[in-house]
Amino acid sequence: MTSLTNLGVKAIADGVAGGEFTAVEVAEAFNANVAAAAALNAFIVTTPEHAIAAAERVDADRAAGKALGLMAGVPIGMKDLFATKGVQTTAASHILEGFVPQYESTVSQKLWDAGAGMLGKLNLDQFAMGSSNETSYFGDVANPWRRNDGGNAKLAPGGSSGGSSAAVAARLAPAATGTDTGGSIRQPAAFTGISGIKPTYGRCSRWGIVAFASSLDQAGPMARSVEDCAIMLEAMAGFDPKDSTSLDMPVPNWSTALNGDLRGKKVGIPREYRMDGTDADILKSWEDGIAWLKDAGAEVVDISLPHTKYALPAYYIVAPAEASSNLARYDGVRYGLRDLPEGAGLQDMYAATRAAGFGDEVKRRILIGTYVLSAGFYDAYYTQAMKVRTLIQRDFDAAFAQVDVILAPTTPTAAFGLGENVDDPLAMYLNDVFAVPASLAGLPAMSVPAGLNSQGLPLGLQLIGNRFDEQGVLNAGLAIESRAGFTAQPEKWW
Amino acid sequence: MSVTREQVAKIAALARINVDEKDLDHMVPEFNNILAWVEQLGEVDTSAVEPMTAVIPMPQRLRDDVVDADPLTGGGKRDAILANAPAAEHGFFGVPKVIE
Repeated sequence: MTSLTNLGVKAIADGVAGGEFTAVEVAEAFNANVAAAAALNAFIVTTPEHAIAAAERVDADRAAGKALGLMAGVPIGMKDLFATKGVQTTAASHILEGFVPQYESTVSQKLWDAGAGMLGKLNLDQFAMGSSNETSYFGDVANPWRRNDGGNAKLAPGGSSGGSSAAVAARLAPAATGTDTGGSIRQPAAFTGISGIKPTYGRCSRWGIVAFASSLDQAGPMARSVEDCAIMLEAMAGFDPKDSTSLDMPVPNWSTALNGDLRGKKVGIPREYRMDGTDADILKSWEDGIAWLKDAGAEVVDISLPHTKYALPAYYIVAPAEASSNLARYDGVRYGLRDLPEGAGLQDMYAATRAAGFGDEVKRRILIGTYVLSAGFYDAYYTQAMKVRTLIQRDFDAAFAQVDVILAPTTPTAAFGLGENVDDPLAMYLNDVFAVPASLAGLPAMSVPAGLNSQGLPLGLQLIGNRFDEQGVLNAGLAIESRAGFTAQPEKWW
Repeated sequence: MSVTREQVAKIAALARINVDEKDLDHMVPEFNNILAWVEQLGEVDTSAVEPMTAVIPMPQRLRDDVVDADPLTGGGKRDAILANAPAAEHGFFGVPKVIE
């Protein structure tokens, strides 16, 4: 049975459809891996019964000769930011501990409709604010990868989708949902040697996803191959009238159109991404990526994205501003935690509840957001950041007049140790320096594994495409995947 | 621009988050570090630039003005809405007394 857990989305769906094994056998195999991996702390709650029930429906449908969905028989991990009916949804915060949604998010519903089942709700940085999964109220997630120095230092799985990345890398799930506000799918995918794509803003409905920064938040798949990401993204995407920023466009058949032949395509290499402090192994993997794309037939072009260095500071105004507004809803009245000190009035209850329910990083961002939106500072901070955001988008528009896709590193370093960056918020924020520009411009972007560094840790390469061109991103990702030959797996220690 | 301890306390009050003196000890320098860093945006000449209003331009959609057009977001959901309330009473959200 253990070999079933080495299979990805496509292999499982094909095997179930072809009768090589049943969906229930697959669900049981992954449930067993999940149950045996408590040391990774990837899940906040596990839902083995959900996975089995979904699998039984798929097996029954197959026996009855019914058409099977894209994800039929594939059990997945669900980031605990998606509202799941009847299953606790916390955003990894104390303030939502015990919250049981009465409804299902659009994206998770679409996955269940496509035949997927749920192994459990995955750990993450609290309200998706973090790059290491260390801001979770439910504890750190351990990266399944360790350095090859013989030490047993626990490494961060990246964040905010750290439970998702750890679970997929450790074969606890063939795939998982992630969300990406400023790199939260791509950075953890890079840290754990898996693939993940953030689609164009609006492709996946935000309805039922706990909101962080609404103009940036996008859901996407995390899996172990480009094709698996393409299949799962097809199942997740689509117009939703319940999300006012949902794209009213048909969902392309990305997986069937996948093609790693890049002849006639131009790949841009942004010179501003060659930053001080980027480690040598990362630069080397970027050179490898350039060579692989050339080998696939692409022409490589140097491009300039002149406002790159301003993307991260602009993000750290825009995202906290939106968060301070979105998180105003946690008031101890309608759902979640209530802290009502003896004799307290309504205002005191709000302030006590929010002090007790939010973690330090969440408080930090709410305070920054409140400040930059306050009278007298709004124009200097928020309006200026939104103008810079326009400039960043114009940089990309100019670049995509010249090239089809952009290749860059996903992160400035490989996975770092748990605890290494927790005392310095700015150092932590720098993890997303390469990921944030595409988020600010709403562009599709993906991370694919490129190889291992000198310490035996995986490195990711990032592909950024023009808006609505997920296909171009996936195709270039496939060209890299087929040449990188990344087959390394973390050695099991958990 | 840097902020004082009193200003951070005021911002926290505006954000309805209780902070004590110990919280402020670490919050004030962190806050000022972050502000000093984001202030590099002031270098950018944005005099001829409009602030972004939509990352992907799209028209605002209107729906027909029909009650319960979408049963999921329509009415008749009182019990579901109150299901997670920490102190629901008599079909309402319960809160501490607000009028003396």
